[in-house]
Amino acid sequence: MEGNSKLSQFQPVKSIFEINREERMAPGHRACAGCGPMIAVRQILQSLDVKPVVISATGCVEVTTSTYPDSAWLVPWAHVAFENSAAVASGVEAAMHALKVRGELKEERPVIALAGDGGTFDIGLQALSGALERGHRMLYVCYDNEAYMNTGIQRSSATPFGAWTTTSPVGKEWPGKAEIKKDIMGIVVAHGTPYAATASISHWKDLMTKVRKAVSQNGPTFLHVYAPCNRGWRFEPKDTVEVAKRAVETRFFPLYEVENGRYRVTVPVAKPRPLEDFLSLQGRFSHLLKPENSETLKELKGIVEERWSKINAAASVQAQV
Amino acid sequence: MSDPRVRPVGPYPISQGGWHEGGSSKAYVTNDWRLEKPVVDLEKCVGCLYCWVYCPEPAIDLLDRAGKGPSKVRIDYDHCKGCGICQQVCPPKAIKMVPEEEEVANNGSI
Ligand code: SF4
Ligand code: SF4
Repeated sequence: MEGNSKLSQFQPVKSIFEINREERMAPGHRACAGCGPMIAVRQILQSLDVKPVVISATGCVEVTTSTYPDSAWLVPWAHVAFENSAAVASGVEAAMHALKVRGELKEERPVIALAGDGGTFDIGLQALSGALERGHRMLYVCYDNEAYMNTGIQRSSATPFGAWTTTSPVGKEWPGKAEIKKDIMGIVVAHGTPYAATASISHWKDLMTKVRKAVSQNGPTFLHVYAPCNRGWRFEPKDTVEVAKRAVETRFFPLYEVENGRYRVTVPVAKPRPLEDFLSLQGRFSHLLKPENSETLKELKGIVEERWSKINAAASVQAQV
Repeated sequence: MSDPRVRPVGPYPISQGGWHEGGSSKAYVTNDWRLEKPVVDLEKCVGCLYCWVYCPEPAIDLLDRAGKGPSKVRIDYDHCKGCGICQQVCPPKAIKMVPEEEEVANNGSI
């Protein structure tokens, strides 16, 4: 946990040309064409000069990158169960720490736990909470595609209000998911975590800078990455980046960071695009644009505005101090 | 050894478990996944690397891997799945998607 290690130096990404060009992920993995989570993983891996150790929970990225008998990973990597990526990453970090204290560690590496929204918001939440509380020096990344995708698009607690999934169907009785998305950032921040941030695959510079800042911290850190899934959200594979970009531009997914309790909005959206610009690209929201669901749409807009104001209020209060 | 988190223990023999060679997926070809293929116009390409940063595979090969400046690109047609993201994100519109069957000069790359 020494603060003076090489990993503690933080360099924001200034230009696309300085990022590491040696591939950390091999092609030939079986992720769907235009996979958002794979874009997230590539951007995270390329942003670091040192190869990290990655511990993957069960999820889309894990099943598609380690389809027997292949592995697409060009960094040290292990697959663990759905619920325990944070626990196993804690163990890896503790072991590396022990080796370091004994003077037997050859090379320091960042430890990254990687899980989807199912493996974070639902199934892995207690392991995540434990790792945050114990204070391991590791980065926990949640790539959020807002449902259980590779098992057949079942809703998770990260699925937004009003979205269609196979288990939050749309019909006369139900206008999509009835519950709101869990505030995972709020839960993480409540642990007193030194650094937590949201990021979107569309804003690669913001994302990569946050990864670098996270691994430079001497403690547990958390990154919530918005990673659209064209199969589950029902849009064209070519639009993956566009959908992620519109999520930011409509304030649907605010990009911010919380460093030692201080909020900062990293991508301010002064003039948001209408929410419909984001919804209309996706089949999972198509029912919300029909007149009979105007109430649900209004409710969703209210949720989006409330989330935005809450984060901005926290950020501006602290800006004045 | 004064760190309370570290005690002298072990070594414990641990099972190696199952493992695969890292990066072995490269031998698996995914070119039959696509209906359209991207073709790069190297005259228009300014080497900004946007397509490379956004390709989910990666199926964008950098002509200058070792450098620290702009690099033109070529498509890895063994692994490109034809999603079309590279065409969408290319600022000077140097990439176009053409039907898979179409014959392109130099196979669209150098
Ligand atoms: S079409 Fe998709 S998979 Fe093929 S090179 Fe472009 S971004 Fe990569
Ligand atoms: S995005 Fe376009 S201009 Fe930039 S490197 Fe790729 S092909 Fe060239």
